Amino acid sequence: MNETVQPSFKPGDRVVVRKAWPLGHIRTPHYIRGRVGSIERVCGSFPMPEELAQQRSGLPAQPLYRVRFLQRDVWPDYQGRPDDALEVEIFQHWLERA
Amino acid sequence: MNEDHGRYQPLSYFQLMEISLRELLVEKGIVTDAQVQATADDMRSRGAERGASVVARAWTDPGFKARLLADGTEACRELGLDVPALRLIAVENTPDVHNMIVCTLCSCYPRMLLGLPPEWYKSRPYRSRAVREPRAVLAEFGLAIADNVQVRVHDSTADMRYIVLPMRPAGTDGWSEDRLAAIVTRDCMIGVAVPSIAGAAPAA
Amino acid sequence: MIERGHHDMGGLPAGKVERTEHDYADWERRVDALMVLLSGIRGGKKLMTVDELRKNVEAIGPDAYEQMSYYERWVTSITQTMIQRGVITTEELGRKMQEVQGRERNGAA
Repeated sequence: MNETVQPSFKPGDRVVVRKAWPLGHIRTPHYIRGRVGSIERVCGSFPMPEELAQQRSGLPAQPLYRVRFLQRDVWPDYQGRPDDALEVEIFQHWLERA
Repeated sequence: MNEDHGRYQPLSYFQLMEISLRELLVEKGIVTDAQVQATADDMRSRGAERGASVVARAWTDPGFKARLLADGTEACRELGLDVPALRLIAVENTPDVHNMIVCTLCSCYPRMLLGLPPEWYKSRPYRSRAVREPRAVLAEFGLAIADNVQVRVHDSTADMRYIVLPMRPAGTDGWSEDRLAAIVTRDCMIGVAVPSIAGAAPAA
Repeated sequence: MIERGHHDMGGLPAGKVERTEHDYADWERRVDALMVLLSGIRGGKKLMTVDELRKNVEAIGPDAYEQMSYYERWVTSITQTMIQRGVITTEELGRKMQEVQGRERNGAA
């Protein structure tokens, strides 16, 4: 079995965080689901935390990205600069092309 | 007897659990008491000095700074720092950008570089509000961010850990790395403070 | 009520940040040390992942989560993980806790 999934995205790509609310251990925060941002960098590939939490291997490893969001795109009532940003590490399996 | 108080207090349920878990693990040959104590002592000895030394080197060596920003873990190794299991990203403050670190989901923190995180970093108010109203939270820390400076909040949700590389303050020309490191506090590297030369020790 | 984990608090309203510093007790430092060792760091035998630690902290009910301190949550989570992994059993834990409590009542450490 291929132990690592190949990265689908590269820096600058626009991505949306999937709007799903499954049970289990998840490292994609509630507040960011459904939001659109852009890939800031590829961090490498790591086993899936959802699976590691359940004593499974988490393989094949998934690409992990830092995704940059504009605060005003995350919070409707955000007080601050229009270019204030929020950068979150998100696994590939939680992202789709926007 | 509960050794953590001056007067006798019965063990709490959780203290009882800690002793029981540890004794079972020792009996099963999984850990030794010496290992546990040595590991606890190692963590106790870690303050923010390792992190401060990384910042001070970055301030004085532009090549190192570039390598730090490209690969934080490798840069720490270059300095000979013992930072097991750390995958580090350094984010740089500039005149246009101020960075702030949080872990909304739990308390992820570059422990091997900064020591144990402060209680407030793990608290509900910080974890909830840092992502949503960073400027207000920073103001509570006494840090006013100017209107022309972008605030970037980093939520440490997965395998990476973060350190803020603050700007080197004016008035530090010619300072040694040690003297520079002494003004880089833990809070500067979390991003809720900036280094100040007020109160810094004079040159040796 | 279930869709959002109690720990998943980014963006929720909250009060002022209390800038408390906590001088950790010895037992808390030992809990932290157990986590380091059981994760396979510093020469420990790797018997758990940080993901299991987090999952079991997240499984603590909302009221208990709020009332428990950080290391009370950690020791609970590590112990649950060891039981889930079969490293220790509930029976062993119960008997050991009785034994420790008995020693403590008799004045020995």
